[in-house]
Amino acid sequence: MRILKRFLLGNKNFTREERKMERVKKLTQALSAGDQAECVTLAKELLAEGADLDAVIKEMTNEMREVGKRFETFEIFLPEMMMAAEAMMAVMDVFGPHLVEGSGVASRGTVLIGAPRGDMHEIGKNIVKLMLKANGFQIIDLGPNVDPLEFIKRAEEAKADVIAISTLMTTTMPGATQVIQLLNDKGIRDKYKVIVGGAPTNPDWAKQIGADGWAEDASKATELVEKLLGVN
Amino acid sequence: MLIVGERINSSRKGIGEQLEARNAEFFRQLAIEQVANGADLVDVNCGTLVQGEEEALTWLVDVVQATVDKPLCLDSPNPKALAAALPRCKQRVMINSITGEKDRFEGVLPLVKEYKAQIVALCIDDSGIPDDDRKRLAVATALVDKLTTNGVPLDDIFIDPLVQPLSVNQQNGLAVIKTIAGVREKLPGVHIICGLSNVSYGLPLRKLINQAFLVLALGAGLDAVILDPMDKKMISLLQATRTLLGQDAYCRAYLQAVRQGKIEV
Repeated sequence: MRILKRFLLGNKNFTREERKMERVKKLTQALSAGDQAECVTLAKELLAEGADLDAVIKEMTNEMREVGKRFETFEIFLPEMMMAAEAMMAVMDVFGPHLVEGSGVASRGTVLIGAPRGDMHEIGKNIVKLMLKANGFQIIDLGPNVDPLEFIKRAEEAKADVIAISTLMTTTMPGATQVIQLLNDKGIRDKYKVIVGGAPTNPDWAKQIGADGWAEDASKATELVEKLLGVN
Repeated sequence: MLIVGERINSSRKGIGEQLEARNAEFFRQLAIEQVANGADLVDVNCGTLVQGEEEALTWLVDVVQATVDKPLCLDSPNPKALAAALPRCKQRVMINSITGEKDRFEGVLPLVKEYKAQIVALCIDDSGIPDDDRKRLAVATALVDKLTTNGVPLDDIFIDPLVQPLSVNQQNGLAVIKTIAGVREKLPGVHIICGLSNVSYGLPLRKLINQAFLVLALGAGLDAVILDPMDKKMISLLQATRTLLGQDAYCRAYLQAVRQGKIEV
């Protein structure tokens, strides 16, 4: 079919463009399928062809959004979403050194993430981290068991846009409240968007402690950060 | 083999509301059903309450022990809630749980000693949740050492290897199975307990994964389990596996369970 098309159109430039488009389409399909090896191969080919990387990444980000939607509707499951996110990151590793500084996709914002003091759980936090990274955000991971002041110090150092606090226990939820209180005390609350999440948390609690947002899962967390930072 | 019935847990669907409403009849029913289906202990957990865990846990203790004649498993990381509920318990309790984290260890240990409680020891310490079986075994060994040094009898310690979702790391199931086998071999005399359902988080048809996991865990040496006794398939597998593992002389328990209609294929 393609040969016929080329024959009929007889336009070499167009077919090269077409081939590139075809490759991008294949790339997004491989991304959806979480086929990391295929993604890397295609990314390298696109790079060699001098493709517009920003445009390619935009297509991939859109695809990741679709992946997130399919996860939310139970069409796919957590390992499949994570597989896609990891494939996305492998492509970003290929593209990374070739991206223009300050270009639209280089960074969509910086998110500082951690679990409060006394909370050793990291799984939820790490899934959120993976999804945010795959969606082009810079991540600073403070790990588990983080002192409230440490959240703020590190956010100031890194000039973070978002402070994300993940907690799996009711006993450690007050840690999130303390971070917000400290931000208020220091008069720098407006510098950051603070988001919270974790199994025992809920949107009412988030509102009550003065957080800017709450998300149910990693896919929703990505949407939330995009919304709060006004990047789409 | 100890079965801890897990149904009274505020993180389960609909339970939180009933707890807020202090619907005693609802919880009595949950306790009765679980004991009728083989629970040796009844777990009480109101960990999702942001406020008032102490009062709620105490209330649950009163309701459950006025209903069934089985010991309770007080399921909370919060020493204050435990301290409030423990004096009300009429039978010796199991506390779920202590960890190797300094603050939590020091917060819970005095209660374990004072009430001579059985204690679930989770494989966590101040460096976090271990990701492989070797680190888990090292944390378990240190915990058993610290507990016994403090006068807790080996027979009262239940190591929980800490089950993590397979969906996030596909080695998480194997890590637990290997930890169970390791604890059995290296720490004779200590018990091993775990909840199963975490393993299947994020996957469809979770029950199937939980069932296969139970069989593997029992094979590796698990001798106590936190599960839903109303899950007939799970109870059937538990019984059949124990019989297969040589823990059922003359297959008596298995045959009895079949006759009583407790077994489902």
